[in-house]
Amino acid sequence: MTQTDEDDAIILNVTTMDGKTQALAALEGWRAMEVIRDYGLPIKAECGGACACATCHVYVAQDWVDKLVPPTEEEEDMLDQAFEVQENSRLSCQILMTPELSGLELTLAPGSEP
Amino acid sequence: MTIKQDYTICAPGAHHETDVIIIGAGPVGLFAVFELGLLDVKAHLVDILERPGGQCAELYPEKPIYDIPGVPLITGEGLTQDLLKQIKPFGAHYHLGQMATSLKKRENGLWRLSTDMGTSIDAPVVVVAAGGGSFQPKKPPIPGLEPYEGKSVFYAVRHMEAFKGKRVLVAGGGDSALDWSLNLRPIVKSMALVHRRPDFRAAPDSVQKMRTLVAAGGMQLLTGQIASLYGDDGVLEGVKIKTKEGEMIDYPCDILLPFFGLTMKLGPVADFGLELENNLIPVDTEKFETSLPTVFAIGDINTYPGKLKLILSGFHEAALMAQQAFRYVHPDAKLRFQYTTSSTSLQQKLGVK
Repeated sequence: MTQTDEDDAIILNVTTMDGKTQALAALEGWRAMEVIRDYGLPIKAECGGACACATCHVYVAQDWVDKLVPPTEEEEDMLDQAFEVQENSRLSCQILMTPELSGLELTLAPGSEP
Repeated sequence: MTIKQDYTICAPGAHHETDVIIIGAGPVGLFAVFELGLLDVKAHLVDILERPGGQCAELYPEKPIYDIPGVPLITGEGLTQDLLKQIKPFGAHYHLGQMATSLKKRENGLWRLSTDMGTSIDAPVVVVAAGGGSFQPKKPPIPGLEPYEGKSVFYAVRHMEAFKGKRVLVAGGGDSALDWSLNLRPIVKSMALVHRRPDFRAAPDSVQKMRTLVAAGGMQLLTGQIASLYGDDGVLEGVKIKTKEGEMIDYPCDILLPFFGLTMKLGPVADFGLELENNLIPVDTEKFETSLPTVFAIGDINTYPGKLKLILSGFHEAALMAQQAFRYVHPDAKLRFQYTTSSTSLQQKLGVK
């Protein structure tokens, strides 16, 4: 991924299941899952973003939950196939990155392990 | 043998001989039948799913695919149906709902592939087109789950009678969870369904039936997620269920049936003796042959410099693989490269001439 202007970078903070946090540079319009996968972080995401598998399950930091577009019925249905689902559970393939979401904090959740 | 609309399914447990065994009946495995067929090479396909199509059928049957050359838009199901139609003239045999469990070289030089359903197939060439691996049930990440698996925790119902008179708990919110709750209920001692939320994605009709039964006291519905299991030596005595409010409910039961969909695992292919790299099979880029001569790997399961996991890459790999497979299957025959547009013999094979 290329990010030419540092100031314009959309930052996505991702905590992996081993507890380590990394700041990733996202591009507008990319799905959070695609950014995580592009950086080579451990995420299964086996359906490739079709909202069909629940293997890109993440927890969203409390402060960010209400800033995201709420999950569709399709995403809620698919979360039924994830484990340890919480109020702040989302499928990262359904989060589209925008400049307003710069700083978003996600934690990889059970079921996302490759 | 069952003749489906476009394909022949073999009954499990028999022995077969063929030219090429294809492991995986996804789009790439199916197209391999076409490329092999044009060269008069016969094939048998083995897949763990009950129907052909692989990820296209299982993960995204209704999702549009936009990057098949010359096909601006097609669904996973549509692509599967079209491929089945395209390869119909070649009469491939399908072994469905079976997992390829072992691959051994016999003394006569042929490979023998065995499945978990007792089927065996001998052939000089094997093509691994297994995508992300075989689809297997998702296992809940509950600590200490293993000892219960196969004793008290089951991911599929093979014999309903095994649950007769038991206290059964089904977990999940889809069709499998609802269907099995309803089907097993008449024979079990008690039936309960646990799901993380009050809404269900299963067919509305079965959800309605379940709610009616719950209201009449015929079964129980619990809202929450299973946090832990208890009972000694894999014999389940009950589970702890965590509610949305964080409360723990104790639910005594003998059997737990979790239905959380399927996920892909490499599975027994890892033990076939093939070189592996990050759970992928390295191949050359002329023939897509693996570290074992006469064993090929095509589609998402292989890796080579520049590999892209695209259906179209898999199609290309199938075409090149077929050339070399022909040389192994018909060592004394001359390989003639022909086009379907002009070759009368190819058109006859396709049944269009």
